[in-house]
Amino acid sequence: MANYRELWESLGVDLKKHDELCAVLPEFFEEIYLSQNDRPENMNYFNFVVSEIHGYRIQELADHKEKGAKVVGTFCVYVPDEITFAGGGIGIGLCGGSDFWIPDGEKVLPRNTCPLIKASIGAKLGNTCPYFSSADLLVGETTCDGKKKAWEILGEYTPVHVMDLPQMKREKGKLHWMDEIKIYKDKIEELTGTEVTKENLEKSIKLINDKRRALQRLYNLRKEENLPISGKDALLITQIAFYDDPERFTEKVHALCDELEKRAAEGVSVFAEGTPRILVTGTPMAIPNWKMHHLIETSGGAVVCEETCTGVKYFQDLVNEDNETMEDQLRSLTDRYLNINCACFTPNDGRIDDIIRLYKEYKADGVIYYSLPFCSTYAIEYKKVKEALEKEGIPVIMIETDYSLQDAGQIKTRLEAFFEMLDAPEK
Amino acid sequence: MVCPHVARVYITTVIEGVSQLFSIGIDMGSVGTKAVIYNGEMIDKIVIPTGWSPKNAGTEVFNALLKRNNIKKEQVKKIITTGYGRSSLDFADKAVTEITCHAKGAFFLNENIRTVLDIGGQDSKVIALDEAGNVSDFLMNDKCAAGTGRFLQVMATLLEMDVEDFSAINSTVKPQKISSMCTVFAESEIISLLANGVEKESLALGILDSIANRAVSMLKRVGIHSEIGFTGGVSKSKNLVTLIEEKTGLNLYSHPDSQIAGALGAAIIGWNKINLGYIE
Ligand code: SF4
Ligand code: SF4
Repeated sequence: MANYRELWESLGVDLKKHDELCAVLPEFFEEIYLSQNDRPENMNYFNFVVSEIHGYRIQELADHKEKGAKVVGTFCVYVPDEITFAGGGIGIGLCGGSDFWIPDGEKVLPRNTCPLIKASIGAKLGNTCPYFSSADLLVGETTCDGKKKAWEILGEYTPVHVMDLPQMKREKGKLHWMDEIKIYKDKIEELTGTEVTKENLEKSIKLINDKRRALQRLYNLRKEENLPISGKDALLITQIAFYDDPERFTEKVHALCDELEKRAAEGVSVFAEGTPRILVTGTPMAIPNWKMHHLIETSGGAVVCEETCTGVKYFQDLVNEDNETMEDQLRSLTDRYLNINCACFTPNDGRIDDIIRLYKEYKADGVIYYSLPFCSTYAIEYKKVKEALEKEGIPVIMIETDYSLQDAGQIKTRLEAFFEMLDAPEK
Repeated sequence: MVCPHVARVYITTVIEGVSQLFSIGIDMGSVGTKAVIYNGEMIDKIVIPTGWSPKNAGTEVFNALLKRNNIKKEQVKKIITTGYGRSSLDFADKAVTEITCHAKGAFFLNENIRTVLDIGGQDSKVIALDEAGNVSDFLMNDKCAAGTGRFLQVMATLLEMDVEDFSAINSTVKPQKISSMCTVFAESEIISLLANGVEKESLALGILDSIANRAVSMLKRVGIHSEIGFTGGVSKSKNLVTLIEEKTGLNLYSHPDSQIAGALGAAIIGWNKINLGYIE
């Protein structure tokens, strides 16, 4: 990595502690990613982005900030990036996916809190994540209880705006959410001093939709019989989508897809024939949480799709681009965002339909229900999902695990047994 | 899928012509290492403590089986390993998880089994089987000793009793309820109950009761279909069997060979592979 120490120091990063993180990440990445066979050429860009994760993009953000742009950090796929970009802000997704930040998080949060929350708060409090340090505003949302209460703590350290997300998808919930989007628009305008207009919103809707289209194209290639890309690589790309420059990212994903299409035409696969195809569903996997995919793909399985927020929930629906007025634009945004099926909603049957549909579309052989510990909403929803999948004859197992690798051996046994079960002679 | 009945008939006819081929299954568990030599029937079995090296234990049981039965290495056409040390033997043909192997073994011992409850030293699991003996669902407890053999061992040590003594306890003793499932909490709970003068025997029964509750809740989560086969070291405890039977209202089937079900299953999987080789 180039030398960014001055930059980090100017952002108030705890250099000593941050060095510890920088010391382990490359090895971790190499072991999990670079050791894979037959990786597509065009993964190089994404390797680069990770190798420079706290450098290149941070520098870019600093340069934008110099020119007056504001950086806005978000934690959930319900927060509309379109508004942020329209108002001249830069949106970055900020979830913590590493054990490294957890001890700092546990200083202010109960231990039995979801690791995503502990890591996110820890990254801010410990000053060990330059993305957090770059953000001028953090945007929370009222999804799960853990996050809701964590914003109050985070607010003691940095400006936080909380969007009040409804918990049910009724008409009045929609009106309410549209109102919240308007309040968010005002907040962004206040922060950047730039008015959100029909014109710049139209542009940003297109910008974010284009990113979604690129990801859709990538995921469509994972429907191929011969998988041209590993699940791990695809996950990495989606994770990077949350914080990379949207325009460049879109372009790079398309370049990769060109290569993958060639592979598909030639029938190239990165997995051995007969490798069971797995649909992963559940809680988000924030970078650098690659644990589940790594365990699956080193135990004889291949991940073909993620029904998660670091998967199709992030991009499967586009925002309608055909709007007469700004009011229409805001309504289109409301519709698009409230169409996401998160377990924080009740009821949430749409998610079950999604899982079954994706299972078929991606020709999966089995479903792995992934849940972070202490995530009640996703853990409880397992029962309904399992029953619905059983009715469809779709095999599923639930794996609850955090970021540490202590339980890797046991999980591998369960995964292997699951794959042996999928492979049973009469199936 | 070859029906097991047909498979067995078929195997014996093949064997007459080819004479004396075998498969060996080796189950390297955290406590014991077990092996079975098989040729459509179980020829011999062996159990030794795993000790510190599953690799050594696995090699030892393999050699012992060959020697004892006067069989040459060349006659063993497939070696399948299972258990937590399953990846440690380089001379094995394939490693298969204990879940698949236990299911195969238990089904061989009793074809009516549709649910396997296995409580081992480090983990406990419930496996659902279909009519052909294939795994249709399973549940394994998560990285926690609650309800396993280790839990029982820790608690027995605390009471200064042997696990075997638990079975000798008179059924008129009233079990003391232990409310903590977690090993660490249960430990301190038992220490304070002992200090309060609660009888060791009722504590011992209370511990079994808590393991039984845990087992029953796992069984319910997978769905109980009889018959239930009970395997693993802890299945030897008669009191525990009775407790689970009372709570489920169903009989538990425990075969004298249930301890080696994993190794047997591995051997059968190996044998089926040899067998399929002939068909192909
Ligand atoms: S799982 Fe729910 S709360 Fe978490 S990021 Fe996704 S939509 Fe937001
Ligand atoms: S994973 Fe669950 S508990 Fe964690 S932040 Fe998301 S919804 Fe909340």
